[in-house]
Amino acid sequence: MSTLAIDKAGPSRKVKYGSMSRDRAWALRWSYFFLVLFAIFFLTPPIYMLITSLKSSAEISAATNPWWVFHPTLSNYVELLTSNQFLRFFWNSSIVSLAVVAVTMLISVPAAFALARMKFWGSATLATGVFLTYLIPDSLLFIPLFKMLALVQDYTGITLLNRWYVLLFIYPTLTVPFCTWIMIGYFASIPKELDEAALIDGASWLQTLTRIFIPVALPGLIAATIFAFTVSWAQFLYPLVFTTSVDQLVLPVGITTTLIKGDVFNWGQIMTGALLGAAPPLIIYAFLMDYYIAGLTAGATKG
Amino acid sequence: MADVVVEQGQTVRAARARKPTSLRNVLGRKSTVAFFLTLPLILLIALLVLYPAVYSVHLATLNKSMQKFVGFGNFLFLFKRDTFWMVVKQSCIFAVTAVFFKALIGFIVAHFVHNIPAKGQRKWRGMLLVPWVIPPAMSTLAWLWLFDPSYSAFNYTLSFFGIGPINWLGDNLWARFSVILVNIWYGAPFFMIMYLAALKSVPDQLYEAAAIDGANWWQKIWYVTLPMMRNIIAITALFSLIVTFANFDIVRILTSGGPLDQTHIFATWAFKVGIEGSDIPLGASVSLFMVPILAIAAIFILRDVSKRGNEA
Repeated sequence: MSTLAIDKAGPSRKVKYGSMSRDRAWALRWSYFFLVLFAIFFLTPPIYMLITSLKSSAEISAATNPWWVFHPTLSNYVELLTSNQFLRFFWNSSIVSLAVVAVTMLISVPAAFALARMKFWGSATLATGVFLTYLIPDSLLFIPLFKMLALVQDYTGITLLNRWYVLLFIYPTLTVPFCTWIMIGYFASIPKELDEAALIDGASWLQTLTRIFIPVALPGLIAATIFAFTVSWAQFLYPLVFTTSVDQLVLPVGITTTLIKGDVFNWGQIMTGALLGAAPPLIIYAFLMDYYIAGLTAGATKG
Repeated sequence: MADVVVEQGQTVRAARARKPTSLRNVLGRKSTVAFFLTLPLILLIALLVLYPAVYSVHLATLNKSMQKFVGFGNFLFLFKRDTFWMVVKQSCIFAVTAVFFKALIGFIVAHFVHNIPAKGQRKWRGMLLVPWVIPPAMSTLAWLWLFDPSYSAFNYTLSFFGIGPINWLGDNLWARFSVILVNIWYGAPFFMIMYLAALKSVPDQLYEAAAIDGANWWQKIWYVTLPMMRNIIAITALFSLIVTFANFDIVRILTSGGPLDQTHIFATWAFKVGIEGSDIPLGASVSLFMVPILAIAAIFILRDVSKRGNEA
């Protein structure tokens, strides 16, 4: 009786496994098929940038196959990397982004520490307020900020408009709220015993922050740094509004405004410039992908 | 017994005597330290975010030369202009369509990435996130070149299929389609990453239980995956709604609002009116119209985020 039952169950179960693994194999094939399709969609523009950047103007204006380089040349790269104007954009962008990263970290790390660990009057409200600030977009503030800068300039006589250094004050409004928010999440996940032990050993609050919290939450700190850098590097609206002279421009604005001369588009150079401008975030991403993604997902999953 | 009481009294007296005289004590107190640690943050938010936000309401009530108070004059002026209503319509179409397709594509791609063996996932995920990493101003230039009227690489490819040259950025409908397409291309990877993280957090036992109960793949998605991911889907979509609604870079570089202001959204039109047309009060009024939708989305996000916080 029992052997019969096993016999019956045996083959049918085997068949079921077989069909399941066959289903699985097909699901896998379909997955790869669609992933390749989506990868083509997602990677076409950057690859096309690379293709165009290797072409001479003559080849671009000849109506040959646009997806292939027949006479690869580096002349676009040489021309841009020896042009003082382009190097100036690159320099401005680098200075602004690095300084903004430093300012952001100096403001947001201590604030996040205070908000995560030192419960004081209004700390919960302030934490919520920081998150709400992060949701206020740049396109809502650029007009009043422009007018404010003009007024301050009139009152104090300090030139603010059309100077790259004004971006050092403006960019932190975009980076600080998010960095504070994710650092609150990282700091809150540190066990309380750790800072209690430090306090018992006689550490002051600042020592607790620098000796315990910053080393332990280093992955979060790296994620926040990457975020601050990429946001400052990519920002387009504020520099477009606040700076106009060619020597004050940052890379995104510089490429879109100066490489287009009248109605003549020098596409080889534009694509080369765009690719070089995209390079720093891409290089950081390639080397620190896990931190980059941790920072991306932390905004919604922490806190 | 008496000894202890005396000692306690002494220590209390000693502490009282020391307290008001020493500044160090005040500086070392927790609330004081906390105040100084958060002061830069508070100053930054108050001076460069809250003040400009209030100031733009004030600006919106002035006339063009900013010398006379006109109350709701700017808003009433906008209501009478056809372009304004076109911008409202286009902003809503742009944001809703783009967010919907970003969420859909992000969900599908996240599923496929989740399906393949674990060791290949990292590579695919890394490749598919590239559009999000490139600064949008740079990648939009590549799209502009792909859409170029005379040398469009898309039209070249489509000509092999007998599809005539498409005027990507010159035709009304195609221009609207193009700006939405570029926005989807830029934003879908973000959804993919968020959903992938959420998919990883759904316990395998739930799928096993569903499989034993005889659920097919569609039922597994509908009854297991979606309910488990509901919160993260809502947060991501609302967040993306804010960012997309307030988008500037893509429309500005791709079409600058053209043809005939058909693709303008709030941010680009506010820029055109306020900065290029140097009518700052009118530009401020235009951008203020973004506030209601942003506020609604923000309230829902806040609710969901705090709900997540309570769950954890």
